Amino acid sequence: MNSSCGDNYLSHRHGLAAWLFTLDHKRIGVLYLVSTVAALLLGGIFALLLRTELLTPQRTIMDADTYNRVFTLHGVIMVFLFIIPSTPAALGNFVLPLMLGAKDVAFPRLNLASYYLYVLGAICALVSLAMGGADTGWTFYTPYSTTTDSRVIAVLLGAFILGFSSIFTGLNFIVSIHRLRPPGMTWFRMPLFLWALYATSIIQILATPVLGITLLLLIVERALGIGVFDARLGGDPVLFQHFFWFYSHPAVYIMILPAMGIISEVVAVFSHKHIFGYRFIAYSSIAIAVLGFLVWGHHMFTSGQSGVANAIFSLLTFSVSIPSAIKVFNWLATMYKGSISLGTPMCYALSFIAMFGIGGLTGLFLGALSTDVHLHDTYFVVAHFHYTMMGGTLMAFIGGLHYWWPKITGRMYGERWSRIACALVFAGFNITFFTQFVLGSRGMPRRYFNYLPQFQQYHIISTLGSYLLGAGLVLAAGCLLYALFRGRAAPANPWGGSTLEWHCPSPPPHDNFATQPAVGDPYDLSGLEYDAELGGYVRKAGGQRAA
Amino acid sequence: MTPPANGSFWMPPAGSSSAADVDLLFHFILWVAVFFFALIVGLMLVFVVRYRRRAGVRAAEAAAHSLALELTWSGVPLVLVVVIFFLGLRGFVAMATPPKDAYRILVEGQKWSWLFTYPNGHVDSELHVPVDTSVELVLTSLDVIHSFYIPAFRLKKDAVPGRYNKLWFRAIAPGEYPVFCAEYCGTGHSDMLTTCIVHPQEEFEAWLQGADPLKRLTDQEYQQYLADPPGFIAAHPDLRGLDTPELMGHRLYTKKGCAQCHSVDGSAGTGPSLKGIFGTQHAMQDGSTVLVEENYLRQSLLDPAARVRAGYQAVMPTYQGRLKEREINALIAYIRSLADSPPAEPAGAAGERR
Repeated sequence: MNSSCGDNYLSHRHGLAAWLFTLDHKRIGVLYLVSTVAALLLGGIFALLLRTELLTPQRTIMDADTYNRVFTLHGVIMVFLFIIPSTPAALGNFVLPLMLGAKDVAFPRLNLASYYLYVLGAICALVSLAMGGADTGWTFYTPYSTTTDSRVIAVLLGAFILGFSSIFTGLNFIVSIHRLRPPGMTWFRMPLFLWALYATSIIQILATPVLGITLLLLIVERALGIGVFDARLGGDPVLFQHFFWFYSHPAVYIMILPAMGIISEVVAVFSHKHIFGYRFIAYSSIAIAVLGFLVWGHHMFTSGQSGVANAIFSLLTFSVSIPSAIKVFNWLATMYKGSISLGTPMCYALSFIAMFGIGGLTGLFLGALSTDVHLHDTYFVVAHFHYTMMGGTLMAFIGGLHYWWPKITGRMYGERWSRIACALVFAGFNITFFTQFVLGSRGMPRRYFNYLPQFQQYHIISTLGSYLLGAGLVLAAGCLLYALFRGRAAPANPWGGSTLEWHCPSPPPHDNFATQPAVGDPYDLSGLEYDAELGGYVRKAGGQRAA
Repeated sequence: MTPPANGSFWMPPAGSSSAADVDLLFHFILWVAVFFFALIVGLMLVFVVRYRRRAGVRAAEAAAHSLALELTWSGVPLVLVVVIFFLGLRGFVAMATPPKDAYRILVEGQKWSWLFTYPNGHVDSELHVPVDTSVELVLTSLDVIHSFYIPAFRLKKDAVPGRYNKLWFRAIAPGEYPVFCAEYCGTGHSDMLTTCIVHPQEEFEAWLQGADPLKRLTDQEYQQYLADPPGFIAAHPDLRGLDTPELMGHRLYTKKGCAQCHSVDGSAGTGPSLKGIFGTQHAMQDGSTVLVEENYLRQSLLDPAARVRAGYQAVMPTYQGRLKEREINALIAYIRSLADSPPAEPAGAAGERR
């Protein structure tokens, strides 16, 4: 692809088999990237169908049962097939060994196995879709999920298998970070993206097994009627919610932590300034991972769990806001007195900070007990988690994709159209989801096929916003794909980053680094100068830094 | 009767004694959130403009950490969230502690209707309560989890099968307030709506007295009533709310949650329409054919899964133990009146459906 650089990982070996059986972390990362983006496309199409249905208070384009299946698939696909694997397994897989100056992850075969488990899990979800789909919502609450006659087991099996894929990736990253750090890279000389991936991996290997057990119990309950969750057989349906959220709440930090890691990298590099408060950002990742395990009960404030439990879970929930605030303020302090360029990745990073700000601040309404009673299971919650998951994680993922695109493909994209796409995504996203806060606080429950006419004007605004959002995402993807064929060749270091992935050519050779790169402070950007001839940054002032 | 118009841009008009406290906290958090959002985005925009990249100008050499700053921006939010936590907890404890003398109503959720059982045994599909009176709702579910939600009262509680959850409120103004199901429960989830009707106190007693006339007849009176309904009703003006069996059946049809799934205009819902069904033959799921008459209708009420019509799912809950003999008879009389060559729709029935 990039003839000027000679052999690289893309041109190393040709043919389908060379890709499908590759052990190269970069190629596995690209496989994951293609797969997760395909999932994003599918989940996005379902989202637009849902929004179109909601244009009118009654039936618009589908019936109630179809609507219920579509929102279930939208949730399952977006959560299990896109958000959870996207940043760690796609971008993380590509970048982590490069940032470590390593040739690959610790267990390349496990890495490939993880990808194939992902594919298998995705096939299970699609088989369920082909058989008519499940209608439980992605949360699978009992006893609805054990009594509905839709295709629940195939979806559960898919999520169960995807869980193992996630565990394999987490395990691989933890071992890689412990064992493959080069001489001189102490824990506090690690790029913050790696701290974020490390914290994510801890959650993946500790929480995901609980999901696996829970889904197995649900399958057995449904198939054999053993009565763990069925009140008629002496079980407890709320127990399922405890099991489910014991995984799924930490899982939202699986989704957001790597995104925060991307933002830390992008903000520092595009401010051309050392990251502010490195240790606090690093520790706050670990704090979020630990505290995230202790807050699952805030999904059940109205379920009838004891008042004492409610009070404790509410207090612990608020504690998570502190490390999140620390990160945001440190990013702002990094920009202070910087030399800020608004490259596309930075546009997405700034969007992330604003959107995650709203997502986090609206969490205060939901963490407080008395206001949550009113807002629980309304569109306010839908808006809140879309602000964190989509305004947060997806923005950061796309920003990260633009940040590492030159490294992954060896091609530069056009800044102008990519920035326009970012602006469309930003505007469309806010039109779509901000209106949903108003819907929710005014009392519109979620997962409603029909609704009272008084809510229609907001639904129309939200739906129109979603079309704009969809157009923005398509344009962003179009710009990147166009660059693949027409973009100019990327330099090794187009943005002026100092982490090790910018020390190897773009795209990287099969073995990443010919020699072990020298390790220094990953955010020391002082010696990097723009070289107009190369179109990228080179380190002046005495060549290699002292370690 | 209209609800008091004291809502805000964000909140619907408040109808319960605890709503004001919730709204106050909501708006307090709102202003905290607006302040921090403006701070974050404001600083961001100022920095982007002020420190935009210029040719030949490098980022200033600035400190890369500051313990004082870190403590400030962890400490200030920490204090604020602790305050918010306590305000939320205080409001929640008040909402979760019903007064001892509260008027208790049993609430049963089922796919896809609510059933309210009053202390005198009357069952209704709408929640009627007196104003300025503490009302405690005891919630449970007959099938899957539902969630009882009155936005105007800022109240929500799950109805879970196999356990009883409680909530209480004191309505502050007469009026009608929508009630939703907030926990996803399948096909008819978004149609599981009803109304909470807050009566002036004296009207509530009168409503309750007239709400369940069939149950108040002795066996002898009931036989007299069946023999000549119009004559019996004319002779007993004190029995408020008593009507012909067809009309009583029509009321039960709306009150017992039949209307959510069975239309009377011929359109298919979750269940077959009742229009013109009496006296006709239909194919069942098992391939047999059934003539719809009294015995089949009775079985369909008490054991709905026994013979399910082809093309429909066996999702109807049983009404065994939840309908009195007299009520079953009244429902059958009503369905019979909907036959294709019917005795004309009972007078006044059309206006009665809410």
